[in-house]
Amino acid sequence: MPDLLIELFSEEIPARMQGKAAADLKRLVTDGLVEAGLTYASAGAFSTPRRLVLSVEGLTAESKPVREERKGPRTDAPAAALEGFLRSTGLTKEQLEVRDDKKAQVYFAVIEKPGRQAAEIVAEVLEGAVRNFPWPKSMRWGSGSLRWVRPLQSILCLMVDEGGAAVVPLEIDGITAGETTEGHRFMGNGRFAVSSFDDYRAKLWRAKVMLDADERAAHIWQDAVNLAFAAGLEAVEDRGLLAEVAGLVEWPVPLMGRIGEEFLHLPPEVLQTSMKEHQKFFSVKNPKTGRIEGFITVANTETADQGATILKGNQKVLSARLSDARFFWENDLRVAKAGMGDWLRGLEAVTFHNKLGSQAERIGRIAALAREIAPLVGADAGVAEQAARVAKADLRSSMVGEFPELQGLMGMYYATEAGLPEAVAKAARDHYSPLGPTDDVPTDPVSVAVALADKIDTLTGFWAIDEKPTGSKDPFALRRAALGVIRLVLVNGVRGSLLSVFGKGYAGVDAADLLDFFHDRLKVFLKDQGIRHDVIDACLAMPGNDDLTLLVKRAQALQSFLASEDGTNLVQGFKRANNILSQAEAKDGVEYSFGADPKFAEGDGEKALFNALDVAEAAIGPAIRSEDFAAAMGAMAQLRAPIDAFFTAVQVNSDNQVVRRNRLNLLHRIRTVCGGVADLSRLDG
Amino acid sequence: MEGAVLKRVPRMADTVIPPRSFQEIILRLQSYWGAQGCAVLQPYDMEVGAGTFHPATTLRALGSKPWAAAYVQPSRRPTDGRYGENPNRLQHYYQYQVLIKPSPPNLQELYLGSLRAIGIDMGLHDIRFVEDDWESPTLGAWGLGWEVWCDGMEVSQFTYFQQVGGHDCRPVSGELTYGLERLAMYVLGIDHVMEMPFNDPASPIPLKYGDIFRQTEQEYSRWNFDQADTGMLFQHFKDAEAECERILAADATDKAGRRIVMAHPAYDQCIKASHLFNLLDARGVISVTERQAYIGRVRALAKKCADAFVTTEAGGAEFGGVAPGGVAA
Repeated sequence: MPDLLIELFSEEIPARMQGKAAADLKRLVTDGLVEAGLTYASAGAFSTPRRLVLSVEGLTAESKPVREERKGPRTDAPAAALEGFLRSTGLTKEQLEVRDDKKAQVYFAVIEKPGRQAAEIVAEVLEGAVRNFPWPKSMRWGSGSLRWVRPLQSILCLMVDEGGAAVVPLEIDGITAGETTEGHRFMGNGRFAVSSFDDYRAKLWRAKVMLDADERAAHIWQDAVNLAFAAGLEAVEDRGLLAEVAGLVEWPVPLMGRIGEEFLHLPPEVLQTSMKEHQKFFSVKNPKTGRIEGFITVANTETADQGATILKGNQKVLSARLSDARFFWENDLRVAKAGMGDWLRGLEAVTFHNKLGSQAERIGRIAALAREIAPLVGADAGVAEQAARVAKADLRSSMVGEFPELQGLMGMYYATEAGLPEAVAKAARDHYSPLGPTDDVPTDPVSVAVALADKIDTLTGFWAIDEKPTGSKDPFALRRAALGVIRLVLVNGVRGSLLSVFGKGYAGVDAADLLDFFHDRLKVFLKDQGIRHDVIDACLAMPGNDDLTLLVKRAQALQSFLASEDGTNLVQGFKRANNILSQAEAKDGVEYSFGADPKFAEGDGEKALFNALDVAEAAIGPAIRSEDFAAAMGAMAQLRAPIDAFFTAVQVNSDNQVVRRNRLNLLHRIRTVCGGVADLSRLDG
Repeated sequence: MEGAVLKRVPRMADTVIPPRSFQEIILRLQSYWGAQGCAVLQPYDMEVGAGTFHPATTLRALGSKPWAAAYVQPSRRPTDGRYGENPNRLQHYYQYQVLIKPSPPNLQELYLGSLRAIGIDMGLHDIRFVEDDWESPTLGAWGLGWEVWCDGMEVSQFTYFQQVGGHDCRPVSGELTYGLERLAMYVLGIDHVMEMPFNDPASPIPLKYGDIFRQTEQEYSRWNFDQADTGMLFQHFKDAEAECERILAADATDKAGRRIVMAHPAYDQCIKASHLFNLLDARGVISVTERQAYIGRVRALAKKCADAFVTTEAGGAEFGGVAPGGVAA
């Protein structure tokens, strides 16, 4: 069983693409090998900035021969049918067999594919993989037409078995596969030949290349932690950055430096973002003060001066960057302290969407809406409006221009500097939240008001200009906005009618259609929380379904009530009454909602049901009004015994039409009483 | 062709004496790339935003003809003016530009050789190729490559041109762009650009960068930001656009019956329009929405120039027996 080793050696592959590329190489090659009739024991893929590597172990040496029989036309079929069969099989008439088949003679083709050597298959599969590689972006170079992420320089392709290693004969656009590679760009020492994966990996290590990205990442993090610890500091974890940096080096050498005293007053997020975005530095903080005081950079090379020159250079670049950041900060502070007027005026010139006007116009709408929403969330209307007016001012600040990901956060710092109330500053920071489904949801009333107004303006605006999400297309992230509203409402227990809020948003919106969209998002959200879809439907059918908090309260109460014994009683009692009533209504073409009169009641069972309904109604009404749905349903569940006793005691379909109608009206009363919390007829089973 | 351009890559062991001035770094790059077989050209005599705008790059990256050129290009970015006060921001600065078509297989090694030639010792520094896809919306051009980092500082752009003026590049050119001031400040260990020795500090009359450019940075910063006559600039933009289109629309046959497509004069007008747009931008009179429209207008010109250039001899067009510029039979 031979092993296979493939290395595609190129100029530097973008860090963000390496991991997926290694996985793609593994998938494309192993799928191709299997499809061609080979099997293998295991496969592993690796990447460095300059190479994609695949190691396959225990490959079969050749594919099995395949014998395929295909039935053709009858011998007396028209000539064209035979010709077609010959074309599709690639045989001549003489090579076909004639066999008896159900009273007729039929041509049969017997196609034998001999087994093929693994090397031949590998060459074919690898060439296919290289030519059709799914890079997110690829390029040509020189005079060639081959596409790769950056120029592909050499291919190593070896089959290794007991007899030794053999190069798989293969050539792609002038690149001939061989048995050699090279190590680190600066610390390696020319090309070298390898004889197996283990040999390859060991020689790469000697040539200062760590093949495995996870190993490089582990090495970086361990060194970073140790460097920081030795200085009494703490490296700030950042997995995304760690993965990226591991893709920028073949031989990681972490180095730690200090941030200049003159920059330590900058907001820590600014230091962190600047260092990460521009320099790919890890932040190092002082655990005593929580301040960011240092950085860790990861070099790709060992030097005679233990990295002193490299560190000095990096420090210098950082100082220049942070000087810029400080320049932005100080400039911004001037505008902020003057009340941010320059920025607010500047937003008049920024288009939000060509059909929805400028950012300034949008802010005007959000401010008005925040004012309307404020009482619903317990916020002061004036403060909410004020917060909405300044929440997006930072979009015009230099700092956010440089680091868009700091939007909101800078708004908080600047609002504070402008002397605005803390609630306003917090709203500037938090009004974009929640973005993702797991983001924290703001709870400060003013933040909630502005966050809701922001999202509802977006939704009503895009609804009004008919830019709704379709299928997988949601360019304005409206699903995310709706989910944001849902979470804001539910987490904060906000009560109120969404429809009336929509009516105060962007004019000309089909509010009912938008509410349907919300209900769809809510169903998805509640299903993720384990609420049954039929429970949701049963609650959606109730009035007031644009009050999401009430809706969910209902659904939760119903779901947990259904799990109890009383739940079963409620549903059974209701269904029994409702089924008979529905059948009668369908048959008679009327709705029996005239009210039943106890004076027509015959016998104890029927009278008892009247009494039970009186008792239940007396308890249910107040319970529903106080939204104690569990108590209401508890009272409904008490009806099961009287209902069952009633059905045992009497025939609904009495010959006496007056009695019959009265009983049907009595069943209707059960339906009404039991429908006070949810439309139980929508429940499954 | 490839062998001819790429003769010698200095090995790592080459010991290089550190340069002492800005001009020495430029001279070393000139002699290095000259030794690699590049035609060492002079700057283009117009205001441009970057070395890429020089027709030796933009136009020569088009068509099938081999090409290898290197040159310094003074570049102007009006919005970057800081009155000479910022340690590394200037509205007028120099780029060093190399364009080789087709891109040779050892272009990275050649590039590293140029860094060694100006005194960067790979045994002490950390050189990295970090993903950076290049795109010029005004030129309708894009390519893939890297920004090259030296100890965390970007010292060059390295790009394989894929498209210019809307045309696919076949063959592909390799383009190198060095930001000379920043690179030189690093090599020379200078913290403020105005303090950088322009000539040898031991010269009878030593001149620093600031001796030459501090005053001009102030003057141009004021003009760019406050004084440039925007009415005139708008008019010049329209004029350049109209002239570019008129030249390209003209009959390819001249008064004596010669076939002469005026791709370069038209491209000059495109360059002008581009710079005028930059000036207007610095004056803050172009709104966000208009911005895209102006960029689109310049790009439309660049595309038309590229369309015209590829019909010329330098653009690789074949002429059945008729010498370009000669009289048609």
